[in-house]
Amino acid sequence: MPLELVETWDEFIDQKQYLYTLNFGPQHPATHTTLRLILTLEGEKVVKAVPDIGYLHSGFEKLGEDLNYNQYVTIVDRMNYISPVANEIAWHHVVEKLLGIEITPRCKYIRTILAELARISDHCLNIGAAALDLGGFTPFLYAFYQREQIYDLIQEASGQRFHPSYTRIGGLMYDVRDEWIRGVRQFVQTFPKAHSDIHRLLTRNRIFVERTKGIGVLPRELAINLGCTGPVARASGVVRDLRKDEPYLAYGELRDTFQVVCATGGDCYARYLVRMEEMLESLKIIKAAIENLPSGPVNIDVETKEVLPPKPDTWRTIEGLIQHFELIMTNRGLSTPREEIYGAIESPNGELGFYIVADGSDRPYRCRTRPPSFVHFAVFPYLAVGHQISDLVAILGSLNIIAAELDR
Amino acid sequence: MIPYEQIIGHLRQLPGCNDIQYSSFRDNHRLVVPKDCIYTVLQRLKDDFNFDMLIDITAVDYLHYPDARHRFGVVYCLLNTQTGQRLIVKTNLDEPDLQLPSAFSLWKAADWLEREVYDMFGIVFEGHPDLRRILMPETFTDYPLRKDYPLRGRGERHDFPVISRAES
Repeated sequence: MPLELVETWDEFIDQKQYLYTLNFGPQHPATHTTLRLILTLEGEKVVKAVPDIGYLHSGFEKLGEDLNYNQYVTIVDRMNYISPVANEIAWHHVVEKLLGIEITPRCKYIRTILAELARISDHCLNIGAAALDLGGFTPFLYAFYQREQIYDLIQEASGQRFHPSYTRIGGLMYDVRDEWIRGVRQFVQTFPKAHSDIHRLLTRNRIFVERTKGIGVLPRELAINLGCTGPVARASGVVRDLRKDEPYLAYGELRDTFQVVCATGGDCYARYLVRMEEMLESLKIIKAAIENLPSGPVNIDVETKEVLPPKPDTWRTIEGLIQHFELIMTNRGLSTPREEIYGAIESPNGELGFYIVADGSDRPYRCRTRPPSFVHFAVFPYLAVGHQISDLVAILGSLNIIAAELDR
Repeated sequence: MIPYEQIIGHLRQLPGCNDIQYSSFRDNHRLVVPKDCIYTVLQRLKDDFNFDMLIDITAVDYLHYPDARHRFGVVYCLLNTQTGQRLIVKTNLDEPDLQLPSAFSLWKAADWLEREVYDMFGIVFEGHPDLRRILMPETFTDYPLRKDYPLRGRGERHDFPVISRAES
C-alpha cells in the first residue's frame, strides 16, 4: 500500500506547501540507539524519510587493520552489543576459514549453543523493546529477565557478562565447566514458560496487533532486491537461513532438530512472529546440542602453531611459554595465506559476514564487516512512507537496528 | 545449479570481456573483471544467472600490499537466493580514474553500500541517485580507509569548529 502512494505524491510534492520537516533523533528514546531521521510530513503522515547515520562511527574497520586476528575479537564484540557472542563466532569462523582450520567437535557444539543463546537474547530484546515502544511494559520486563539469565550463562562460560571476547583462533579462551552445562539445561527448561507469557501478552493483544499488522509491509521482491537477510527477509517469505543452506559449526549435524521459520506477511507483525518462533527453534537446537555435547579438547592441537596454549601451560611449561611468545610477539605471530575470503554466519539479525584480505602477516590487511543492520536500515525509507509518525517506532523496532553495528 | 565454468564461459563471450579471470579459494568463487565491462557483467549475472541479491559492496586499498599491481579493488558479493550460489566479482581501479558505473539500477541494496565505499575510499559511482558521505560528516575532506590515511595522529578533528554552549 505505501509504495503505490509515494508515486502519486512525488508528482505534486512541490505544490504541497503545507508539508513540513521534522527532525527525529539522534537522541530520541524510541530510536534506542543514536540514529537520526529527517522526516517530511503531511500532517502526521510521512511523505519522505531520510535517515542520517554515522553518529557512532568509530572506525572499527580501520582499527582492525592494526590489531591481530585474536585481538580484533574485542572490537567485533562491540558491533552488535545485543548479541556479542554471535559476532565473535562470525569473526573467528571466517578467520578459521581463511587459515583452513577445522575446530574440534566440542568447540563446535559449545559455539553453537552460545550462538543460539545469543539469538534468543537478541530476539528477547527486540521483542521486549518493540512492545515497550508500543506501550506494553510487562513483556519488556519478562524478556529482560530472560536476557539476564543468558548473561549469567555467558559469564559462567567466559567470566564476562557483556563483551566476553570468548573465542580464539582454533577454539575458545577456555573450556566450559559442568556448572555451565547444568545452567544451560535449566535455561532450556525455564525459558518456554517465559516465552509463553510473552506470547500470551502480545500475540493476540488487540493494541499490539493493530499497531503492527499491515505496518511497514516489505514485499518479497523488494526484500531480495534490497539485500535483506535474517528474520526481516524470512518474514517477507524469503526462505533462506544460512544454518540450513550453508551449514557451519554443528548445524550440519543438528540439521533435523530445527526448522526455518518463515512468514508471508512482510509486516511488523510477521517479523514479530518470526522472531518469537525462532526463539523456540533455537531452544530445540540448544537442547539437542547440550545433550550431545562431545567430550575431548576444546582447542585444536597446539602443534599446529596456530592456537594459543592453555594458560596453565604458558605459566608452567617452557614449551607452552615458547608457543605463547611465538604467537604474541610482534615480529613472529601467525602466518596467513596471501588470499582474500568472504565468509558469513546467520547472526540473530541476518547475514553477518566478513571480507578479509590477508597479506601473510598476523594482522588483516583489510577486514570488512557486512553488517545486517546497515543493509536493513537502508530499507527503512521504503517502509516508512505513507505511515503515521507513531508507526515509525513500530517499524524501527521490528527491523532491529543496532547503531553500533550500523556505523561501526 | 549452473556450474561456475559455464557462467564464466558465457561471460567471456560478451564484447570486451574475454579476459575475465576466475579463481577459487576454500568455498569462494571469484571473478576479476576489467573495469570497462563491470556493469555488463553484473547485469548479465543478475538477468541470465539469477544472482538476485547483492550481499555486499566493498573496496580494498592495495597501496602497501605485497606485489600489488593496482591501487584499489572494488568487490561485489552476489548471491542467488534460489540455489544458494555465491559469486564474488572484483574489479581493479587506479588513480586518477576512480569511477565506476553504479549498480543501483540493478539492486537497490547498492544505494548505501556504494555511498559507504565513496565515503571511505573516494571511489565515485556514476549514475548513483544520491552519492553523499554516509558515515563521516559532510564537511570531511579525506577518505579514512585508504592506506595513506593515518591510523592515529592529528587529523581533521582539529579543524572542526568549536561551538560553545551559548551558540548551540
